[in-house]
Amino acid sequence: MTEQTARRPSRLFRNLNAKIASIPMILNALVIFLGGTIWTIVYSFTDSRLLPRLNFVGLDQYRRLWVTPRWLVAVENLAIYGACMLVFSLIIGFLLAALLDQKIRFEDTFRTIFLYPFALSFIVTGLVWQWILNPNFGVQHVVRSLGWTDFAFDPLYDSSIVIYGILIAALWQGTGLVMCLMLAGLRGIDEDIWKAARVDGIPTWKTYLFIIIPMMRPVLITTLVIIAAGIVKVYDLVVAQTSGGPGISSEVPAKYVYEYMFHAQNLGQGFAASTMMLLTVIIVIVPWAYLEFGRRK
Amino acid sequence: MAQNGTSVSIQDLSLNFGSVTVLETLNLDVAEGEFIVLLGPSGCGKSTLLNCIAGLLDVSEGRIFIKGMNVTWEEPKDRGIGMVFQSYALYPQMTVEKNLSFGLRVAGTPRDEIAKRIARAAEILQIEPLLQRKPAALSGGQRQRVAIGRALVRDVDVFLFDEPLSNLDAKLRAELRVEIKLLHRKLQNTMIYVTHDQIEAMTLADRIAVMKGGVIQQLDAPQTIYNRPVNRFVAGFLGSPAMNFLDGQVEAGAAFKTGNVSIPLDRYAFDAGGNSSGPCVFGIRPEHIAFGEAANTMPFAIDAAVEIVEPMGSDTLVWTKLGGHNFSFRVEAEKTLRNGEPIRIGFDPARASLFDTQSGNRI
Amino acid sequence: MSMANIAAPTIAVSGRDSTGPYGPKPRRMFSRRNIFLYGTLFVVAAYYLLPLYVMVVTSLKGMPEIRLGNIFSPPLEITFEPWVKAWSTACTGLNCDGLSRGFWNSVRITVPSVILSIAIASVNGYALANWRFKGADLFFTILIVGAFIPYQVMIYPIVIVLREIGLYGTIWGLVLVHSIFGMPILTLLFRNYFSSMPEELFRAARVDGAGFWGIYLRIMLPMSLPIFVVAIILQVTGIWNDFLFGVIYTKPDTYPMTVQLNNIVNSVQGVKEYNVNMAATLITGLVPLIVYFISGKLFVRGIAAGAVKG
Repeated sequence: MTEQTARRPSRLFRNLNAKIASIPMILNALVIFLGGTIWTIVYSFTDSRLLPRLNFVGLDQYRRLWVTPRWLVAVENLAIYGACMLVFSLIIGFLLAALLDQKIRFEDTFRTIFLYPFALSFIVTGLVWQWILNPNFGVQHVVRSLGWTDFAFDPLYDSSIVIYGILIAALWQGTGLVMCLMLAGLRGIDEDIWKAARVDGIPTWKTYLFIIIPMMRPVLITTLVIIAAGIVKVYDLVVAQTSGGPGISSEVPAKYVYEYMFHAQNLGQGFAASTMMLLTVIIVIVPWAYLEFGRRK
Repeated sequence: MAQNGTSVSIQDLSLNFGSVTVLETLNLDVAEGEFIVLLGPSGCGKSTLLNCIAGLLDVSEGRIFIKGMNVTWEEPKDRGIGMVFQSYALYPQMTVEKNLSFGLRVAGTPRDEIAKRIARAAEILQIEPLLQRKPAALSGGQRQRVAIGRALVRDVDVFLFDEPLSNLDAKLRAELRVEIKLLHRKLQNTMIYVTHDQIEAMTLADRIAVMKGGVIQQLDAPQTIYNRPVNRFVAGFLGSPAMNFLDGQVEAGAAFKTGNVSIPLDRYAFDAGGNSSGPCVFGIRPEHIAFGEAANTMPFAIDAAVEIVEPMGSDTLVWTKLGGHNFSFRVEAEKTLRNGEPIRIGFDPARASLFDTQSGNRI
Repeated sequence: MSMANIAAPTIAVSGRDSTGPYGPKPRRMFSRRNIFLYGTLFVVAAYYLLPLYVMVVTSLKGMPEIRLGNIFSPPLEITFEPWVKAWSTACTGLNCDGLSRGFWNSVRITVPSVILSIAIASVNGYALANWRFKGADLFFTILIVGAFIPYQVMIYPIVIVLREIGLYGTIWGLVLVHSIFGMPILTLLFRNYFSSMPEELFRAARVDGAGFWGIYLRIMLPMSLPIFVVAIILQVTGIWNDFLFGVIYTKPDTYPMTVQLNNIVNSVQGVKEYNVNMAATLITGLVPLIVYFISGKLFVRGIAAGAVKG
């Protein structure tokens, strides 16, 4: 695309405007994304407390991290929340998409209703569900006042199930997105496949199970990655709904990082914890990226 | 070819999507063992008609009979049909064998029966070495063969083809065309075949149904459609290079006048004996025009000048003017003609077609 | 070879049957399939709408009614007092000037963030699509990979950078942060959009002597209105809903609405006023909801593109 002229300007100045336009990107990529990440990883091996300092202590921070009950609870919560979120949002999202794909009336209305929670922030989501799940006024109270006086449903105040209370809100907020992605996937399938299956006399549910779902593998994997990326970052929802309580029973890693960096004045711990989060993401993303892009070459 | 009885019968079939009429009071009888081609431009309703026959679309009016049974409300699987799609529509995650057997297994066909049918289909279509492969590992032609095989194992009387060769390149298309013809000769069952390709239609069909605007324009043997098109649309749609059309007047059924040219019509067989007069269109195919010496032996001959020469390899298309209209004819490829060269051309008006200017119908 | 007799029909009719099934297959409106289908959809829709409904009714009730009644019942006596209180007098810590401060902070954060991030990303996407230069792909790859890195890894280095340039704790600092984290997805969005435009258009403009900025302003910009709308939707909802960056990079005076809302509702002092809380929650959710309901299909397009952002 670049013209060959007799006196060619120096290489650096060729396409100069494009390079100027890309300066923010280059700075961002190098300084923040690459530099920032490396900086945090490096400082996770130091004993930085109130201020970052380069006094290396090896793996000390990590050793302490993995014996801190608060972190262990956070990791366990994330594992439960993550597994449930993946399974349920995929299943519910797919079922909703399949229902909407039946050439129904008011499809747009239903889609709008299922997706609107996704437009709301996690803070709003968390606060609404905190109110609905409030044992003194919410669902538990209403059911009790109907006559079932022994009815107990207060997930946000029961440390053994509090993470499921958060899951309820997260599913309400996030399944619409999964549904939308799935619906796009379903719509992308060749109409002739459906016709062929009908001529073959294959029942609808079998067509979905044995033909359509296997065909949607790329969409499913992309959706999975998107959900997974969201799971690791979960933070605002917990802050709004329970503030990590009761006690520390609904702590999550992102919150742990924030607390240690900005409140406990123990930067090293925060850096180590955030590096662990990065590691988790790498474990999820790398195999996917390999499957998605690696094989094409 | 045993053609006894009706295999598929369509009676007064209409289909509307809201206020849009896609098929209009359509009637069609297909004999047993017959190869019918539905031919027309895109949007003419040919694929829609096929989908109605298959039961993939609900009709708005009318009945459909297959093998004498009213199947208007039947599910596709109960109609005794097999269907082949343009995009092949193979199940991508299953091997060829699974693709062929899936419908049968769901229907609860005994194992050994399935194996027998697959073996037979694979033999007929010569896809035995491909049985354990997945569709992604097959070429376009092989995929289409598997798609035909999926219809074959259903052991049905009626095969429906929805533009099955459109996704293939020209060479492969010609090969598979021959194979489909051989397959029909071997199986001798009814085939209804949708295409927009006139060569496929001409070569495969026992009868062609030319469609436009949801209506069958003409249903006849290929030669009849080619030689005696019922209207100007059919005349123009079939034949490549296209038929020459000259606007003019018929004078008392005796001669056709355009510009300063008068073509005698005493040899032309008017439809329904009607010696009409008035404005009409005179159509004659480029290949029915004689040139040079041969022109003088024709009932009608005239002098003209070469305007453009288009060599096409196997023959050459020459453009000239007749009565002020562009006019083309075919000559052998060996003939070298120069622009502006004076020539003599002639034809037999008996091979021409006359259409009413207003209605476009043959007169 | 004949295989025709296996699927032979049961009823052989030789002539024409004028009594059998005719026209469309009759379908009952209340077939079992339809009852199941629409029944499920309505139940699920009701479930999804429930929180919105609870928010609205709670925010319109007085506190005595909330203490006595149940949260699902409609208000007996509609009062707008909770809304007024939430907007203008609700307290966070020492400040008692309601959510209005947070609202205006959010506006002051969102507007420049949206403009800045889209301006940078669109020019950048255009450069990447039409003026490829050596190394551009490398930086772009780092940027896209960066989108998957948890923010937690980068927040502290950014604190240091902002402190160095004197923007830590200010609205402009937060604007910069939003521009940084919006960059990957927006750049991708614009790059893909500009790449899909016909190359000939770009070449023709170059032959006519237009330069980098000329082509961008006079050809690309007017042709890419839809993608700008998608980007605006994506950014407005994303930035308005942000909590993490707001709480880290601003001070109580400049807290965005979400942070202030959380502080109002989850403050431990005083008597809990649930109706005020719900009114405040609803007010905070209103902006993205309005954007969502107005934008409709474009929103879906935006999240399909922006879903990677997580």
